[in-house]
Amino acid sequence: MSLNILRPGLLTTVQDLGRHGYQKDGIIVSGAMDATALRVGNLLVGNAEEAAGLEITLLGPKICFEADHLIALTGANLSPTLNGQPVRLHRATWVVAGVELAFGAPVAGSRAYLAVAGGLATAPVLGSRSTYLRAGFGGLHGRALQVGDALPVGNPGTVGQQLGQQLAEGAAAGWAQARWAPGPELRPKSARHPIVRTIRGPEFATFSSRSQQAFWQQPFTVTTEADRMGFRLQGPLLERETTAELLSTAVAFGTVQVPAGGQAIVLLADHQTTGGYPRIAQVISADFSVLAQLAPGQAFRFVEVSLAEAQALYLAQEEQLRALRRGIALKVLT
Amino acid sequence: MSTVPEPLAAPAPNVRLFPLGDAAIVLEFGGGISAATHAAIAAFRARLVRLPCVGLREMVPAFTTLTVYYDPWLAGENGRYAPYDRVASQLRALLATTAVAEAATETAAVEIPVCYGGAFGPDLDFVARHTKLVPAEVIARHSAPDYLVHMIGFAPGFPYLGGLDAQLATPRKEQPRPLVPAGAVGIAGPQTGIYSLPTPGGWQLIGRTPLRLFNPAWAPPSRLQAGQHLRFVPISAAEFQRLQQHES
Repeated sequence: MSLNILRPGLLTTVQDLGRHGYQKDGIIVSGAMDATALRVGNLLVGNAEEAAGLEITLLGPKICFEADHLIALTGANLSPTLNGQPVRLHRATWVVAGVELAFGAPVAGSRAYLAVAGGLATAPVLGSRSTYLRAGFGGLHGRALQVGDALPVGNPGTVGQQLGQQLAEGAAAGWAQARWAPGPELRPKSARHPIVRTIRGPEFATFSSRSQQAFWQQPFTVTTEADRMGFRLQGPLLERETTAELLSTAVAFGTVQVPAGGQAIVLLADHQTTGGYPRIAQVISADFSVLAQLAPGQAFRFVEVSLAEAQALYLAQEEQLRALRRGIALKVLT
Repeated sequence: MSTVPEPLAAPAPNVRLFPLGDAAIVLEFGGGISAATHAAIAAFRARLVRLPCVGLREMVPAFTTLTVYYDPWLAGENGRYAPYDRVASQLRALLATTAVAEAATETAAVEIPVCYGGAFGPDLDFVARHTKLVPAEVIARHSAPDYLVHMIGFAPGFPYLGGLDAQLATPRKEQPRPLVPAGAVGIAGPQTGIYSLPTPGGWQLIGRTPLRLFNPAWAPPSRLQAGQHLRFVPISAAEFQRLQQHES
């Protein structure tokens, strides 16, 4: 059982929820940029939330399924098709052997996820299948997918098997989709002017009051220097009231740091473990998906929330994921 | 924490706690870069490994900080607690009963060969001008001390070193380079270190080592470990080529 890569797409990598516990050795977490989208996809096909899937960036790959599989596509809408016919996101989908998955123009968001029942079964490195591009390990040979790659798939669990059987009967045309989907709270919200909520960073108070105000009031744009490590932003000039150099210390997914040039950088899934630039703000966990789905050229605003609000929003999102998991468990019982 | 630790004689020095986002808490140990601060962080980290706080994900030690990543869902126990407050109070309780450790035992310094200047160290002349030293004096002062490996971070196996001659301190570049080669030896403010992977970076590059610092097939995967000492040994370009061939 494998997925055969006919076209690799712009940047298609194997990702799970990351490589945890090795940041003290300088080894980054990696993992899906939009972890919520990957978790939803895994739940839809009956996988554990942390199973490995494909992260698909802007221009998608063309993939042929060598065997029958239960799959789900989540995250960005990159105009996916099965055998040339448009297919809906956020649905458990049965595909029979020989069906081809392709993508068209990006419509909303920049990162889509393909989850497969059983999960992608590449060899784990240090406890994770996530691809660490810069160090060249994890995923499939530590690199993005290429033409001719064959991705191994694991054996589906009981939930995945039952969900698949329910759909297989209607898949005469090659594929069939479930009629149910997760609620809107677990699907990406596309907004013309996205809002990214943040709390103050450890060095917020060292910026001039003018820069502090500008940070919340003026828009930022994602530049073309945008990858899995971080987005370099164009926005108001951010100046500190001190020239003192900082000692390197930990940085995280969502840390907004400001080099001496005064233009902010927001760190993402492949962020370095430590850094030495002042941290003006920190994006809240509940908005990592919004951040990860921004594309180069897109404008957005940072909005301030309190730490208590940020944690309440995170807990609410986790509760929604748990509710989805319970709902899917009920579907295979009936 | 499952057990209440016994109070110890000398509690840790002033430690400031503050959030890094909604899933991490930073403990900032006072005193700047020093072997004593390093020892205090190492002692507390060892204790937190034995007596983990609720929701602990991982810990990242740095020069003067220990950053503790936690799962707010687990720390909040289904909304019964404010996650940050719960983790912070457990860490404060543990801090109050953690003694400052003795300085780590001395070990022989690891020797790191470095070819300084030229294409290997494009910022050597900038550092010389900034420090008002001739390049040869920058090299002599950089290769004199035994440095303490305070932490590994930024990239796999990248050592942050204590012990740089204060006169060599030079600010980072205003815009980081898009790509710094593996093995590049640099200075950033009062710090010096070695890039372990090709990566973007803002340090002033004064030389380069032909040795690999990281290999996922090694156990442990990092050549250097926090707490070790190292010394830079100047080498010629010819020696660099010879050692590089030997490494690959």
